[in-house]
Amino acid sequence: MDFSSNNQVQNPLFQKMEQVRRRQGKVRDTHITLAHGSGGKAMHDLINDIFVSNFDNPILSQLEDQASFNLASLLQQGDRLAFTTDSYVVDPLFFPGSDIGELAVNGTVNDLAVSGAKPLYLTCSVILEEGLPVEILRRVAASMKAAAKKASIQIVTGDTKVVHRGAADKLFINTAGIGIIPRGINISAHNIKPGDAVIVNGELGNHGAAILIARGELALETNIESDCQPLHSLVETILHACPQVHAMRDATRGGLATVLNEFALSSDVGIRLYEESIPVREEVNGVCEILGLDPLYLANEGKLVVVVSKENADKILSAMKSHPAGKDACIIGEVITSPPGIVLLQTVFGAERIVDMLVGDQLPRIC
Amino acid sequence: MKYVDEFREPEKAEAIRREIAKLCHQLEKPIKIMEVCGGHTHSIFKYGIEEILPEAIELIHGPGCPVCVMPKGRLDDAIAISQNHNVIFATFGDAMRVPGSNTTLLQARAQGADIRMVYSPLDSLQIARDNPDKQVVFFALGFETTAPSTAFTILQAAAEEIHNFSMFCNHVLVVPALKALLDNPDLQLDGFVGPGHVSMVIGTDPYEFISQQYNKPIVVSGFEPLDILQSIWMLLQQLVENRCEVENQYNRIVQKSGNTVALQAINKVFAVRDSFDWRGLGDIPYSGLQIQPEYAQFDAELKFTIPNLKVADHKACKCGEILKGVLKPWECKVFGTACTPETPIGTCMVSSEGACAAYYKYGRLSTIAKRTIAQKPKLTITQEPLPACGFSSD
Repeated sequence: MDFSSNNQVQNPLFQKMEQVRRRQGKVRDTHITLAHGSGGKAMHDLINDIFVSNFDNPILSQLEDQASFNLASLLQQGDRLAFTTDSYVVDPLFFPGSDIGELAVNGTVNDLAVSGAKPLYLTCSVILEEGLPVEILRRVAASMKAAAKKASIQIVTGDTKVVHRGAADKLFINTAGIGIIPRGINISAHNIKPGDAVIVNGELGNHGAAILIARGELALETNIESDCQPLHSLVETILHACPQVHAMRDATRGGLATVLNEFALSSDVGIRLYEESIPVREEVNGVCEILGLDPLYLANEGKLVVVVSKENADKILSAMKSHPAGKDACIIGEVITSPPGIVLLQTVFGAERIVDMLVGDQLPRIC
Repeated sequence: MKYVDEFREPEKAEAIRREIAKLCHQLEKPIKIMEVCGGHTHSIFKYGIEEILPEAIELIHGPGCPVCVMPKGRLDDAIAISQNHNVIFATFGDAMRVPGSNTTLLQARAQGADIRMVYSPLDSLQIARDNPDKQVVFFALGFETTAPSTAFTILQAAAEEIHNFSMFCNHVLVVPALKALLDNPDLQLDGFVGPGHVSMVIGTDPYEFISQQYNKPIVVSGFEPLDILQSIWMLLQQLVENRCEVENQYNRIVQKSGNTVALQAINKVFAVRDSFDWRGLGDIPYSGLQIQPEYAQFDAELKFTIPNLKVADHKACKCGEILKGVLKPWECKVFGTACTPETPIGTCMVSSEGACAAYYKYGRLSTIAKRTIAQKPKLTITQEPLPACGFSSD
């Protein structure tokens, strides 16, 4: 048989073979193997079957090594680019109310949104541990698809790596995001001024408590769910009501306390919180009591801290309350001149105490 | 939480505060009250209780933080055990950051030791069941509060004949520590807020010596803000009426004679050591527990070779004086500068239940601190050159 001639292409058998070769591959393995990260056919099939099919959009389907955008259309939406990246290594991968996939999309969407940017494009880079059930990856990708749709954002490029069993914990995701900041928006932790009001959009600590319970080490049963949600639409509502927001940040790891300490240090102001105004679910408080933790330091994945001038506070509060992601919004404190760089909490008994930066992780007490 | 919230009602707190203020007018002199338990110290700072009390009442934050009082040498021993090949070392979370002479369990884990955080000693027994080819060691520490659960775990391990499990026992006893404090001539206390969790196990009878031999009142207290305020009010009543008794504010939990089942388990599994070294307080006779010879196979001190060295506290550290109420945290030269929660030098800065850590974390700007510093102008939160204070330089 002469393989070098055109005969092989004209031969019906080879034509069928060629059709099969070009057919979009399906992942038939039940578990991830090193071959899925080797750069060969198995990886090609994995990318097509799991990522391209879920994240379907014109930029991604080009399957170039990069995503390219039309600058002119970006410029029409604003005058500055917002660019961010984050890695997601949560354990367990699935937990009440959300999973690592939704988290990876919403986390980066929210990091963009709190600058006032309209989130546009995401990257998705995954590190898979050899032996991970393919079904888990499918569920995570489907979850990312749903989250991207909800956030009106496109996942336009990505990367897949497989590491030896034990070199990673099941599945890590990195997402980077690009958004456009509209003209006239200037949100920064350096803008905060004495007299400003501090607002949050709802209950704090639900995500952190849900993860603690989901790890199954505590033998506790609760119905606490993660608050994982995209915040871009809420931010849009806020900025529509009042573009003059001074500072805004999503309170993720380190919780409310960390965000406010960063704010206080950046603008060299003090912040006074009112304990009775800070919304925390009874169950979250209960978990904290048992473990000796403070809900102010628990992680959130759908909570926003907004600092605005006193004059604009009511306007922004009522705009937030009109949005589903902000219906429980409330003012929890005020910015003060002194002591600079310090966050204080006025307790329900009228006393004041410091809410400091967290040192290391919160560690459960023994009694 | 509804049950808990009832003990945090601001109106009731204000009512008790007013009663306390009224009683204060009847006092002949300002008083010093020690809360023995670190859990109380934590609550006092978390809710700002000290801030709302009249100036005549000074709270002294006692030695009742089980993590803080662990001496460096014992930490070194724990780290040495954890570094044994084939050992899984299980510990409560808040012991992870306590400094030994050179390092912490957290750092030892980062350097490769298999150290796992557990929420109960029974979790460590499960690790032993799951890893029959490993030796699992539980870092048993705490006052009488946690001793029963470790005793029950050893009894369970014995019943199941689990041979790859042992405990590094560092349980300490509250009564000998109180006695050592009361015997100290520096101490000037007028009464005690007694530890609620410990008393749940031992009852209130063991404190009778405080009122009878030392003529000090003690009120065993719960941990909610109203519990603590009510206990202070009860103490004041005793002082005003010139009474000196053991009273039980926490009677919804604490029985006079304690928990018989828990005490039996402790007595079955543990024996009292002749002496135990306390960080900040030194050796206190009969103040620690060790595993009975009958359960020697579960005693990590016999199973592993440990350094077993006594390591002195840092010279610059004034924890001993702070625990006795002779000095306030900010009167220690290294407080808040060389000694912080990130780089603790002394016992009181180690866990958030320690007096220095609580002041640093919650109250370094408190009116109490400002007021006391104003009264003693020579004392400042230091900006002076600091003495050398690396952990290994003792």
